[in-house]
Amino acid sequence: MVSSHILSAYDEELKYLRRRISEMGGLAEQMCGDAVRALVNGDSALAQKVISDDVILDHAEREIQDKAIVTIAKRQPMAADLREIIGTLRIAADLERVGDLGKNTAKRVIAVQGHGVPRKLARGLEHLSDLAAVQLKEVLDVYASRSAEKAEAIRLRDEEIDAMYTSLFRELLTYMMEDPRNITTCTHLLFCAKNIERIGDHATNIAETIYYMTTGAVPEGERPKDDTANTVGAIAD
Amino acid sequence: MNMLSEAAVEKALDKKMNEVAYKMIGKDVSVYYGEKRALFDVNLNVRENTVTALIGPSGCGKSTFLRTLNRMNDTIEGCRVTGKITLDEDDIYDKEIDVVELRARVGMVFQKPNPFPKSIYENIAYGPRIHGLARNKADMDQIVEASLQRAGLWAEVKDRLHEGGTGLSGGQQQRLCIARAVAVSPEVILMDEPCSALDPIATAKVEELIHELRANYTIVIVTHSMQQAARVSQRTAMFHLGQLVEENDTDKMFTNPDDQRTQDYIMGRFG
Repeated sequence: MVSSHILSAYDEELKYLRRRISEMGGLAEQMCGDAVRALVNGDSALAQKVISDDVILDHAEREIQDKAIVTIAKRQPMAADLREIIGTLRIAADLERVGDLGKNTAKRVIAVQGHGVPRKLARGLEHLSDLAAVQLKEVLDVYASRSAEKAEAIRLRDEEIDAMYTSLFRELLTYMMEDPRNITTCTHLLFCAKNIERIGDHATNIAETIYYMTTGAVPEGERPKDDTANTVGAIAD
Repeated sequence: MNMLSEAAVEKALDKKMNEVAYKMIGKDVSVYYGEKRALFDVNLNVRENTVTALIGPSGCGKSTFLRTLNRMNDTIEGCRVTGKITLDEDDIYDKEIDVVELRARVGMVFQKPNPFPKSIYENIAYGPRIHGLARNKADMDQIVEASLQRAGLWAEVKDRLHEGGTGLSGGQQQRLCIARAVAVSPEVILMDEPCSALDPIATAKVEELIHELRANYTIVIVTHSMQQAARVSQRTAMFHLGQLVEENDTDKMFTNPDDQRTQDYIMGRFG
C-alpha cells in the first residue's frame, strides 16, 4: 500500500499526471480503432476526425511534459516518485507516437478511397489491428493497476503481433502478384500494417516502462535462451 | 624508471576500486543516555576514501552514531556505549587509547561554524601546535597555508590571516573549521550537518570541498537534506528509531531503496 505524501499538493500533482496519461491513453486507443475502421469502410469523415484528434494528443503530451518538469524542479522527487515521473514522460511520448501512427493510417484513407478496400484484403488488417488494440487497452489497464507481472506478460505477447504482421505482409504480396491492379491499395495497406505493428511496439515500450516504475528494474531479456547460447559460444572461443 | 605498463596500472587501480576497504568498523554498537537507549546494535562499516551519509528523521540516532566514532559521547554525562568500534585495527574504546590522539585522527566539523575567537592563522595553528606537528614557524606557515588551500579558503583569506576568524562570513567560517580539522592530518572527518546554517552558494562550496577531500580522507556526514546526501555521498545509511534500517550505494538508495521505511522517508511520505 502506498502512503500519502506529507505535502498534499505533491500528491495532487502526481495524480494529475496519472489522470492525464489515462486520458491520453484512452484517446490514442480510440484513434487507432477509428483509423482502421475508416480505412476498411472508406469513411473519410472518420479519417478526418482521427487527424484532428492527433492535435489534441500532441497538446496533451506537451502539457504532461511541462507539468512533469515543474514537479521535478519543485519537489525533487526521490525513488518511486522519481521513477513515476520519468515513466510518465516516457509513456506520454509513446502515446503521442501511437497517435501519429493512427493519423498516418487515417491519411491513407483518402489515397485508397478511389479504389476501395476489398473485403478479403481488409480482413487481415482488421485482425492485426484487433491484436494491437487489445495490447494497447491492456497496457493502459496495467498502467492503472501497476502490476509488474501483467506488464511483463504483455511485453512477451508482442511476438504475436510481429508474427501476424509477417503473415499479412506475405498475404498482401500474394495479392499484388495475382493482380497488378491491387498494387496501389496493397502498398498503402502494407504501410498501414506496419503502422499498426509499431503501435504494438509502443504498447510494449509502455509495458516495460510500467515494469520499471513498479520495480525499479528493467525486465529480463526477451530471449534468455539466445543470450545463454551467445555466452556459451564466447567461452568456447 | 617506471616498469609498469599502463595496462598493469589500470588493472591495479581497478582492483583497488573493486576492493572494499573499511576504515572504521562498528559492531553491535548501542548507546544509552542514562536509562534511555538511543542506538540498538548498529552494525555499520565506514569505507575508506568514501563519503558515507547518515540520514533519518530527527531523533533516529544518526548524530549519536556519528559521535561514537570519535568518542564525542564521552563528554555527555550518563552516556554509555556498548559494542565495538575500530579505526583500522584499533579498538577506539580501548582503555589504552588516548582520546585526544583519537580525535586528531578522527576530526569533526559541527553544524554551526565555531571558529575560536582568534585570528584565522591561530585557528588553524592551534591543533598542529598542541599535537606538536610543526617544528618551527616556517613549518607552521606551511601547514596553515596547505590546510586553507585544501579547504578552498586560501585565496579568500591569504591577505588577512591575522584578522579574527569570527569576522568571516558563515560559509567561510565553516570552511575555516574544515581547514582546522584538516590541519592535524586526520584520517577520518566527521561532519554533523555542516551546511544547515549556510546559504545555497556557501553550501555548494562546502559540498565541492567534501568531494575533493574524499581523495585523501574518509568522510562521514550527517545531513537532514536528502538532496545533499544524494549529491555528496557514495554510501548512505538510513537510521530510524535508533536502528540502522538500510545501508546501500547512494545511487541505489535514492532511486530504488530496499526498505519501505527508507522509501517513505526519502519520498516524504507518511510512514
